Amino acid sequence: MRQDQPQPSVEDLKRIIDSHIHLEGPLLPILHAMQSAYGHVPQDAVPLLAEALNIGRAEVHGVMTFYHDFREVPAGRHVVKICRAEACQAVGGEALAEATLKKLGLEWHGTTANGAVTIEPVYCLGLCACGPAAMVDGRVVGRLDGARMDRILAEAGA
Amino acid sequence: MKIYVPRDAAARALGADDVARAIADEAARRGLTVEIVRNGSRGMIWLEPLVEIERDGRRLAYGPVDATDAAALLDGALPCHGTVEDIPFFARQTRLTFARVGLIDPLDLADYEAHGGLKGLRRALSMTPADVVAEVTASGLRGRGGAGFPTGIKWETVRKAAADRKYIVCNADEGDSGTFADRMLMEGDPFTLIEGMAIAGIGVSAAKGFVYIRSEYPDAIEVMEAAVRIARGAGVLGASVLGSGPAFDIEVRVGAGAYVCGEETSLLNSLEGKRGIVRAKPPLPALEGLFGKPTVVNNVLSLATVPVIFEKGAAHYAGFGLGRSKGTMPIQIAGNVKFGGLFETAFGMPLGDLVNDIAGGTASGRPVKAVQVGGPLGAYMAPAKFATPFGYEEFDGQGGLIGHAGIVVFDDSADMLKLARFAMEFCAVESCGKCTPCRIGSTRGVETIDRIARGDSSAIPILTDLCETMKDGSLCALGGFTPFPVMSALTQFPEDFACQKEAAE
Repeated sequence: MRQDQPQPSVEDLKRIIDSHIHLEGPLLPILHAMQSAYGHVPQDAVPLLAEALNIGRAEVHGVMTFYHDFREVPAGRHVVKICRAEACQAVGGEALAEATLKKLGLEWHGTTANGAVTIEPVYCLGLCACGPAAMVDGRVVGRLDGARMDRILAEAGA
Repeated sequence: MKIYVPRDAAARALGADDVARAIADEAARRGLTVEIVRNGSRGMIWLEPLVEIERDGRRLAYGPVDATDAAALLDGALPCHGTVEDIPFFARQTRLTFARVGLIDPLDLADYEAHGGLKGLRRALSMTPADVVAEVTASGLRGRGGAGFPTGIKWETVRKAAADRKYIVCNADEGDSGTFADRMLMEGDPFTLIEGMAIAGIGVSAAKGFVYIRSEYPDAIEVMEAAVRIARGAGVLGASVLGSGPAFDIEVRVGAGAYVCGEETSLLNSLEGKRGIVRAKPPLPALEGLFGKPTVVNNVLSLATVPVIFEKGAAHYAGFGLGRSKGTMPIQIAGNVKFGGLFETAFGMPLGDLVNDIAGGTASGRPVKAVQVGGPLGAYMAPAKFATPFGYEEFDGQGGLIGHAGIVVFDDSADMLKLARFAMEFCAVESCGKCTPCRIGSTRGVETIDRIARGDSSAIPILTDLCETMKDGSLCALGGFTPFPVMSALTQFPEDFACQKEAAE
């Protein structure tokens, strides 16, 4: 979700909860559905989830923050996840990641000032025979080098 | 004319979608009728996107193909590898678990059946649950996720447990760097996994299965979800398996970026909607697993190997392998290698043959310095250990583990101290927080390695001691096995940890 978009209403959030509540162990599917709809899990959802699942707010918060995927605030318009794991390191992944962060003046998890791109670390995309690898908004890319990364960042408007 | 362009994530990451589009456009321009099949990957990643064109009943392979090659490809002007089966990397394999991956259309159930699919399930349906489990036990199949626990014994425990509900949980949280076999199988032959889970359901009398796939695998999630829908629609899954068996259905669940959820008890907590915290064992998940019910938790490869065991018989499967490591293992060759990809072979091939011969050495052309086998928690093996045959006990005897059979090759530019530091850092990021040695020890480990890097050799015994504590004092493999990469780097490459670093600066 763009930062300038309106917050979802309580009814919107309840609708998402209701459509998953029949599942066995519905909390993760609900959090995924909210994140996919709004780009983050709105904090307003925490008491609603606690109520619907009959668990404490602290428990909901604990689950949300345990997993790297769930965000409390929206990311940039594009998310570039760069693999940091060993197989990509073996083919220069670390240098590529460092150069990318340096170029954008960011730390891991940082977002460019214009809100275009968030850079996240990821530990393995299963592209270990064609690294260095990254995922751009859910689309995987392999055999990355500086030039390809520059193209990706330019397309994303970083 | 049939043209195969893989839809495997690795092929897509290398431009397969653009290639498929370009071929379709070029064919349309020429007025040619072509059927483009988006198959799985044949596993030779250095040739991806690998396109196959069916001519006179033979599938001729071309690759790597770029989108700009479409015209040349249709002209027959690209260099051809012959058939995939002619390529030495492929010809030397024994493909049992991966027999259909790349060969068939992953979402075409009729194609699946035409290549031996559902034969195993039909046979299992004619057997008693006890005989189903006995067949798995006789095959010698061991857990392919890494622990190597005999699958049949696990199933037998669940079969004998009395409960109103039981579950089959497929661990598809393949987080280990250097491994991608689960992903390739789910993307290339998802019905095999479904069939294996259904057989497990029959064996232990479970009616519900979950596939827990990591969120980093969007392509695998998409294919598995589609395959489950198709299988349900065709009556493979549902109120009666294949119309004559008991009820069995599958739900696909998506992880949320926590590596530790690949640990089975943590995965179960995650499925239940809790934090992915490791549970103490006992109770075993086989007795008190998902929602407290008896649960089979098996890796993708374990479950996907079950159909071929039932199709060809336990004895056929057990006829491959070495010692107590029976059957075949889909080995994943990754990192700095000339020929990276999936190589399924009987257990027993020496590590050095895999690295130097099959993988062709490093892509950079520099000497191999170390090979990490079994993911981020696996030991680094120096070339001095290359005679070790690929097997559970054999690697254990060398202070290593085969884990999920990923091999990551590093050339001589690798800095083993940095890699040891990374192992500790990774453990700190991914620790679930339950055990103190893992939660705190990993952070202290990073600091201690930094001290060594600054030239403080008195920190080396502290690191050794810390690794002992983590090994002995952690419930699961994350804290317990992080010492493997750290200590194997320290003991085999002491020069990378030596104080001369300081002198050189």
